[in-house]
Amino acid sequence: MGGGKTIPILVVVAAIIGIWYAATVWLNTPWQLGVYEREGRDWTASDLIVDTMAQERPVLPSPHQVAVEIWQTTAEKKVTSKRSLVYHAWITLSATLAGFAMGTVLGVVLAVAIVHNRATDRSVMPWVIASQTIPILAIAPMIIVVLNAVGLSGLLPKALISTYLSFFPVVVGMVKGLRAPEAIQLDLMRTYSASTSQVFWKLRWPHSMPYLFASMKVAVAISLVGAIVGELPTGAVAGLGARLLAGSYYGQTVQIWSALIVAALLASVLVTLVGAAGGYVSRRMGVRP
Amino acid sequence: MRSAGSRGADESAEEGVALNTASSRGQPVIRADHLDLTFQTGDGPVHALSDVSLTIGKGDFVSFIGPSGCGKTTLLRVIADLEQPTGGQISVNGVSPEQARLNRAYGYVFQAAGLYPWRTIARNVALPLEIMGYSKAERHERVARTLELVNLTGFENKFPWQLSGGMQQRASIARALAFDADILLMDEPFGALDEIVRDHLNEQLLQLWARTTKTIAFVTHSIPEAVYLSTRIVVMSPRPGRVTDVIESTLPRDRPLDIRETPEFLEIAHRVREGLRAGHSYEDA
Repeated sequence: MGGGKTIPILVVVAAIIGIWYAATVWLNTPWQLGVYEREGRDWTASDLIVDTMAQERPVLPSPHQVAVEIWQTTAEKKVTSKRSLVYHAWITLSATLAGFAMGTVLGVVLAVAIVHNRATDRSVMPWVIASQTIPILAIAPMIIVVLNAVGLSGLLPKALISTYLSFFPVVVGMVKGLRAPEAIQLDLMRTYSASTSQVFWKLRWPHSMPYLFASMKVAVAISLVGAIVGELPTGAVAGLGARLLAGSYYGQTVQIWSALIVAALLASVLVTLVGAAGGYVSRRMGVRP
Repeated sequence: MRSAGSRGADESAEEGVALNTASSRGQPVIRADHLDLTFQTGDGPVHALSDVSLTIGKGDFVSFIGPSGCGKTTLLRVIADLEQPTGGQISVNGVSPEQARLNRAYGYVFQAAGLYPWRTIARNVALPLEIMGYSKAERHERVARTLELVNLTGFENKFPWQLSGGMQQRASIARALAFDADILLMDEPFGALDEIVRDHLNEQLLQLWARTTKTIAFVTHSIPEAVYLSTRIVVMSPRPGRVTDVIESTLPRDRPLDIRETPEFLEIAHRVREGLRAGHSYEDA
C-alpha cells in the first residue's frame, strides 16, 4: 500500500462499516420489536440499538459480532480443529491455488495455440467463450459427482472447478497480449529471419507480461469463487464453502458472514500478491517507474 | 523511367542512369527491373510501384525522395522482402530478396526506433546477434563496438525510455549494424527528430558510412538531407508510384555540414526540387 493510498482506503472501509451498522439496526429491528412485545417490556431507542447488534441469529450481524466470531474461530482455536476458520480457509486456499495454477497454465497454452494456428483460433475460441456461458453453479455439482464416481474426491475436483473458471481470463488476456506487438516490431523480427519460437520468446512473450498479470489478478479471484462453489455440493465437509452452507442450514448468520469476510480478505490478499508479482516483473523488465 | 510528369524530367532521368553506369564504383548489389506492385484494397487497386527499374552499386549511398504515396517506403520493403512485388524482377546480392533476407544480407532501420522497452540498450543491440546465434563473447564484443560507432558508449545498461529520441534512433542504427550485413536499408530514420538532432545524425551517418563501406538505401522526404547524404538521389512521384529522375551527386565524399551552403549543393537541391515538381500532378496540389 502506501503512495497516498492508505487514507482513501481507510475512508472507504469506515464508510462501509458505518453503512453496515446502520443496516444492522434497520434490518434487525422488526424481530427485536417482536421480542419486546412478547416480553411486554418498555424500551428506549438506545436499548433497541444495543439489542439489534447483539442478537444470536440476526438477519444481518453487526460488524463487531463478525469480528468477535472471526477472532474466536481463528486465534482462539487450534488450526487443526474443525471449528477453526484457518483450517477451513486453508482447505479452500489449497484448492484455489491448485486450480489457479492449472487454469493459468491451461490458459497460456490455449492462447499460444490460438495465436499460432488459424485452425485453433477458429475452432477453440468459440468453445472457450461458450464454456463461460454455462452457470458454474449448474455444472459444479456434476463435476463433483462424476469425479467422485471415478474415485476422485477431495482437493482435485474443486481445483478443477477453479481451473474451469480461471483459464478463461488468462486465454482472453494472453491472446490479446501475444497479438499486441506492433507491426514494426514483427517486421524487425522478419528482417532477422527469426524463427517462430524466437519471435515468441524474444518478442511476444515479454510483450504480453502486463496482459498476463492483469488476467491473473482476475483469475485468482475467480479461482477462489470456484473453490467455494465446489465445496457446496460435497455435503459441507470442510472449507469456507462448507462453513457457508452449514451456517445457512442452521441459521448461523454470524458464521456465514465471518466465512464471507474471511473469503473476501483471502481474495484481496491473493490479488495483492499477484499484483506485487506483476510489479516485480515489470520493474525487472525496466518499465518506467 | 517511362511516363514521367514532363519531358524535362524524362531527359534528366536518362541522363542520371547514364551517369550512374559510367561512375558506378562497385558491383551491382540491388537490381530492380520493371518492378510493379499493386495493393488490392477495398477501394480498388492501388498502384504503389509502377515499372521501377534501378541499380544500386556496392558502396553507394542512394536516397529515395518523393511525396507520400510515391512508393519509396514500399520499394525499400520490397528490397527487404517485407512486401512481394506483383510484377517485374528484383535481385539483392544476386539472389531473390527472400534468399537475401535468409542470408541476413541487410540491416533495416525503421522510422521509429522500435527498441524493445524491456531490454537495455546493450541487449537491444544484441537482439539480432542472439537470433543469429552469435556466441556470448562475440555478442559482447560486437555490442561494444557498434555502440561506440554510434557514440552511445556508456549507455549500455540504460532502458530505452531513459534516452532521448535521437539517442534511441542511434541505438536502432547500432542494432542494424551489429551483424555483418553489407546493406543498410533506412526508412525515414530521422523523420521524427528535430532539425538540430537530424543534422548531427546525418553527419554521423556519413562518417559511419565512410568507415564501414556499406551500401545504404535511404528513404527521406527532406531535400537537403537527400542531397547532403547521397551519392545518388532517386526522385519518385505518386499515383502510380514511379521513378521520375535519378540524380548523380557531384559532391565529394568528404562532406562537412557547411557544404550545404555551396553553389554545387544548391544546384543539386534545385534539380531534386524540379524533379519533384515535375512528377507532382497538379490536380491534387
